[in-house]
Amino acid sequence: MARVVVDVMLKPEILDPQGQAVQRALPRLGFEGISDVRQGKRFELEVDGPVDEAALARINDLAESFLANTVIEDFTVRVEEVAEAAK
Amino acid sequence: MTARIGVVTFPGSLDDRDTQRAIRVAGAEPVALWHKDKDLKQVDAVVLCGGFSYGDYLRAGAIARFSPVMDTVIDQAKAGLPVLGICNGFQILTEAHLLPGGMLGNDHLHFICRDQKLRVENADTAWTTDYEAGQEIHIPLKNMDGRYVADQRTLDELEAEGRVAFRYVDFNPNGSLNDIAGITNEAGNVVGLMPHPEHAVESLIGTGRTDGLPFFTSILKKLVNA
Repeated sequence: MARVVVDVMLKPEILDPQGQAVQRALPRLGFEGISDVRQGKRFELEVDGPVDEAALARINDLAESFLANTVIEDFTVRVEEVAEAAK
Repeated sequence: MTARIGVVTFPGSLDDRDTQRAIRVAGAEPVALWHKDKDLKQVDAVVLCGGFSYGDYLRAGAIARFSPVMDTVIDQAKAGLPVLGICNGFQILTEAHLLPGGMLGNDHLHFICRDQKLRVENADTAWTTDYEAGQEIHIPLKNMDGRYVADQRTLDELEAEGRVAFRYVDFNPNGSLNDIAGITNEAGNVVGLMPHPEHAVESLIGTGRTDGLPFFTSILKKLVNA
């Protein structure tokens, strides 16, 4: 079994008020030196069977049509190795 | 003879009954449509109403857009079926790419509920002919994800083609670009807006005015005269 991770972020030009709210809270918490925060979404897909090119292509389609709205968001797809011992 | 106007109910829809009532007040016949049913029951137009379809999970409208009923709505809207999306319905129409741009959380991060002043910018769509271009109306607004966004090219195109159908006046309640409250597609049959005309069709309730009623009389006239 393998895990595929899809990260979805608002496009850089789009205002992210949630990220801004987080960023503004940082000095209060004693975190200095963070000039910007943007908040996104992470999807972890547990894939049955091998993650071959065909499977990745299907996941890419899924991300493009559903997990992300590419009018306002960008996404990346990557395979994450799941260590045997961790299972 | 009158027109039959469908109102889709998704799990989480809130304003389906109010929308049906508004249609009836305007003199048309409301027809209840169900999200799992591809059949539009031969209605002459469809309203996607407000609420939180599928809990707004993932993104507002993102899951509703893939429901069986939307397959048919998308096909028929492209063929000219008049479709009005109110609030969550507007979000569904952008997710379905029947209207350009997208909807995001209000810039102030709070739910907002108020009587909102709008200017009708385009009185030539299927849903706005009973208004005058430039007319100012008051109708209720209530949403979490009301911030309209689009890239600059799309905004320029919408402005140049007169496709910004409604604009917020005096106060932008959610950070929408160019104060956009609602837009239309190129053909004028698909219209979406965040505020709620269906809550302003009787003087007793809502804003105390009937400023939302012309949405429903506009489409009725268009369908009956067609």
